[in-house]
Amino acid sequence: MKKILEGSRAIAETIKNIGVDVVSCYPITPQTHIVEDLAKFKADGEADYEYVRAESEFAAMSILVGASAAGARTYTATSSQGLLLMTEVLYNVAGMRLPIVMTDANRAISAPINIWNDQQDAVTVRDAGWIMLYGENNQEVCDLHVLAYKIAEACQIPVMVNLDGFVLTHTLETIEIIDSKSIKKYLPAFKPSEKLDPKDPLTFGAFATPKHYMEIRQELHDDVVASKKMIAKEMTSFKKYFGRKLSLVDYYGDKSADTVVVAMGSVLGTIKDAIDELKKSGKKVGVLKVSSLRPFPAEEIIKEIGNKKNVIVIDKSLSLGEEGILAGELKRSFYGNSKATITSVIMGLGGRDITKEMIKKAITQAGKSRNQAVFIGK
Amino acid sequence: MIEIRIHGRGGQGSVTMAELLAEAAFYGGKEAQAFPNFGVERRGAPVTAYVRIDSKPIRLRSQIYSPDYAIIQDASLLNDGKILADLKRGASVIINTSKKASELSLPKNLKIKTINASGLALEIIGKPIINTILLGAFAGSTGLIQLSGAEKAIKERFSAEIAEKNIAALRRGFEVINQN
Repeated sequence: MKKILEGSRAIAETIKNIGVDVVSCYPITPQTHIVEDLAKFKADGEADYEYVRAESEFAAMSILVGASAAGARTYTATSSQGLLLMTEVLYNVAGMRLPIVMTDANRAISAPINIWNDQQDAVTVRDAGWIMLYGENNQEVCDLHVLAYKIAEACQIPVMVNLDGFVLTHTLETIEIIDSKSIKKYLPAFKPSEKLDPKDPLTFGAFATPKHYMEIRQELHDDVVASKKMIAKEMTSFKKYFGRKLSLVDYYGDKSADTVVVAMGSVLGTIKDAIDELKKSGKKVGVLKVSSLRPFPAEEIIKEIGNKKNVIVIDKSLSLGEEGILAGELKRSFYGNSKATITSVIMGLGGRDITKEMIKKAITQAGKSRNQAVFIGK
Repeated sequence: MIEIRIHGRGGQGSVTMAELLAEAAFYGGKEAQAFPNFGVERRGAPVTAYVRIDSKPIRLRSQIYSPDYAIIQDASLLNDGKILADLKRGASVIINTSKKASELSLPKNLKIKTINASGLALEIIGKPIINTILLGAFAGSTGLIQLSGAEKAIKERFSAEIAEKNIAALRRGFEVINQN
């Protein structure tokens, strides 16, 4: 049944319906409503997870390490500085192969201090060994959370589900929340192959000497690579269960367009409206949604747009001194595989509103081969 | 797509009003989106909230720069002359004030209606909580949302006692707006 809900509330209801065992959180804007709602469900007796109010994000994630290693299905959410404070633990989670699922309500990074949306926070921990998914709207974000547990537990790799802070977390829109009964059919109870148990002692994250460390890291790398197939398969299965499409990449617009815009997250909606307007004035432009930053769907992207003339990548994040993060990923993937001119456009940093007019301005950069990112803020 | 902008002050519930409006539209069978002008909310500071209503799913995420409708919860916000400057030509505006539209010096190309929502709220709710009066006024003057949808939104959000007062406020706003 369709409802109208705030994004944060929709995520909290989805987490409740997934049936997690332990939630551990430290509040930070714009993630706060999610963890407040989860605390309320617990206080009102609507949920039976353990809810731990941690003293910091570092502690919140560390608590989940213990809980997950003991065999619990776990959840947390954070943003921005909170994610950065977790960084050390994030690497441990992936290294210990703990299937923790976390929401990152994407927000800018200090300094200057800024509580608004961009996507700099998550990309900063891109290389930690987590699967990183991005939703375009709150429906997709909630659906990705259900998928995230399936993938995390099947691959023994943690998953971070990203959504644009405020732009999605604080927006009320129509959504279908999957009920717990339907989720149970899709997502069986969590049965870890190994767990901490005093009767059968094990060590997680043990010391590894130069003799073993490299192979263990390579194994994690190989498994992140292999997770792409699992994600694609589970996305297909998700559609069979729930009727809604999820995909690693999704092309929208005229297939014959020479120019295509690539992006992640909520800006895709505005891009789609902008290119529909351009179509009315006779200008063909396509848009490609990328839903996963890790594993990176390079082959899928090349298959969709490798034959295009101009690719404009819109990023709400950048590697200072270089270019947008997604743009860099595309250039790396396209090398030797495509002749497209890739232009990195930076927009929406620190909550700067992105309008259709600004998207059209970004599209005018098509074919202008530049080595430096173009900033469009007006 | 219909775009609505709500201007109020921190504490007046501009965001709640945007949400109630979107919920009412949704219960009337429409797609709807509501969001605040994200900021650091402070009591008394100007607050803006946005609503979009459409028959198909809403994808656009930008703020609303030239709305079809505006609701002004505090008439002192009109003093700088900027708030109504970017509305669509012929846009409809509802202003919470005890004055008549003709007594206010406002742009000529707008359809202005006024309602003493603060006074009515004190009378009906006993507190200057103006949201539901204005929601009723919006329903009455635009027909974009129905009373039934707005009542459902109010019942879902508030306890029975508070909902009852607010539904009375909603209905009064609905009746009064077309009398001015």
